[in-house]
Amino acid sequence: MAQPAANLARTRTTVSQPQWYNKTLRQVGFFVALILIWQGLIAIGLWPSYLFPGPLDVWSRIMSGLRDGSFEMATLVSLRRLIIGYVISVILGLILGVLIGRNRYASETLGALVLGFQALPSACWIPLGLLWFGLNERAMIFVVVMGALFSITLGVEAGVKNTPPLYIRAARNMGSEGFALASQVIIPAALPSILTGLKQGWTFAWRSLMAAELLYVTISLGSLLENGENLADTAQIFAVMIIIIVLGVAIDRLIFAPLERAVRTRWGLQG
Amino acid sequence: MSASHAINLSDQEQISLSSNRALHISEVSKTFTGQGRTVEALLPVNLQVQEGEFVCFLGPSGCGKSTLLNIIAGLETPSTGQVFAHDTEVQGPGTDRILLFQEAALFPWLDVQKNVEFGLRQARIPARRRAEIAQRFIDIVHLNGFEHSFVHQLSGGMRQRVAIARALAIDPQILLMDEPFGALDAFTRDRLQGELESIWSETHKTILFVTHSVQEAVTLGDRVVVFAPRPGRIIQEFRIDFPRPRRADDHRLVDLSAEILQTLRTEMAAENQEQNDGTTSS
Repeated sequence: MAQPAANLARTRTTVSQPQWYNKTLRQVGFFVALILIWQGLIAIGLWPSYLFPGPLDVWSRIMSGLRDGSFEMATLVSLRRLIIGYVISVILGLILGVLIGRNRYASETLGALVLGFQALPSACWIPLGLLWFGLNERAMIFVVVMGALFSITLGVEAGVKNTPPLYIRAARNMGSEGFALASQVIIPAALPSILTGLKQGWTFAWRSLMAAELLYVTISLGSLLENGENLADTAQIFAVMIIIIVLGVAIDRLIFAPLERAVRTRWGLQG
Repeated sequence: MSASHAINLSDQEQISLSSNRALHISEVSKTFTGQGRTVEALLPVNLQVQEGEFVCFLGPSGCGKSTLLNIIAGLETPSTGQVFAHDTEVQGPGTDRILLFQEAALFPWLDVQKNVEFGLRQARIPARRRAEIAQRFIDIVHLNGFEHSFVHQLSGGMRQRVAIARALAIDPQILLMDEPFGALDAFTRDRLQGELESIWSETHKTILFVTHSVQEAVTLGDRVVVFAPRPGRIIQEFRIDFPRPRRADDHRLVDLSAEILQTLRTEMAAENQEQNDGTTSS
């Protein structure tokens, strides 16, 4: 009996390892092909190179930006704004979301308002932010908060409204109420949906910050893009876009994906 | 409804109290209204439960037995009447009355130990003391070794054990059990019934146990309160004085089960007859 069992186990590992390996191989292959096509298009000379730089130009621009420290500096400035604004959004979003999700009157009033603001592209807040706070950090953070807050609030609200009533009944029966009920039962129960809101909030925060930084002339990722346009330096624009993409993917892979995996495992949604 | 004079261990323990009455249910009814129609979930009922008594609520679905349990737990308000737990009127949920559900209602974001500690944490008991109490009750329900398992890793029977430990840790005077073993297989159910009975005889808790299994009711209960549906009401009570632990295949229990079932059948047949005749009785 032991023999077939051992065979079975071996087949399973030999099946799963190439799957992982093949996936990475396919992804690397895809991006290499993409770069080759890009280089091919440049070689044909379809567009002038100052409008559409080749991968080699972009690569050397990334390296020179990193060497003189301007890319690192810009990344730090932008990330700092993002993180401050995002943390504020998470705190406000949790409070608002629980309130709207739990209270019928808040849902009818605040809930409708949040939905309306969510429909508003966050770039619309830039003129107001500049008028209210002036051309400074606070205006940038304001725009980030307005970009992220409503997605996070809606995610929290959805999670809270979908909390199984059974959990709340059991918790109330065991003497849980008020803040303890919200922090120990409602928010943990809503965590899968809150995470979706947090992820969406993060991408919206990026978008609104980049829009705001295009207008603001101290060094930042957005201003490097604007700068690239002014100097007709398309290689720089490509370089900064690639940096933003890499940062976005890295944060998703390093922060959100492990968080999601942890929640899914804990909830028994995946083995 | 005659009050029982049977003296048991818990009566001796509670002798200092002026009354050994755990529950007094007076004219409690529940009517649901919605979408233009009214459903009488429970006609007015009166019931007394003694301290340390094991009472089973038996009946088919829709007979109001779970509704009554939820009202006693304070999670639902009665349409009429009052519930007194140890002579204090029930105004809402309280940790003197803990409800257990068929689905166990454990929190998936907490491990077994943290689930058992939940009620203690709400009572602001210090962490070290919480852990000690939790460990004691995890041992009582035979789950040592599973302290740090998560809910999805446990079988249905183990989840109910955790739920029982979680309830006992709070040290309520009354345990309200709403078909706690209803979703379990027969073997697991049998074992948990035995364990519950021995926990009950050790802790002298008052237990109200809702079930739709006649066999379960007669095996566990000091008293079986039989409910009938549409409208939900109590039709009869059976006192069971057989010694414990009882065996489900004891012929006296089998006879009693048959008698209870016959009562229920007669009642429901009469009700159907009335509906067919289009008449109503008082």
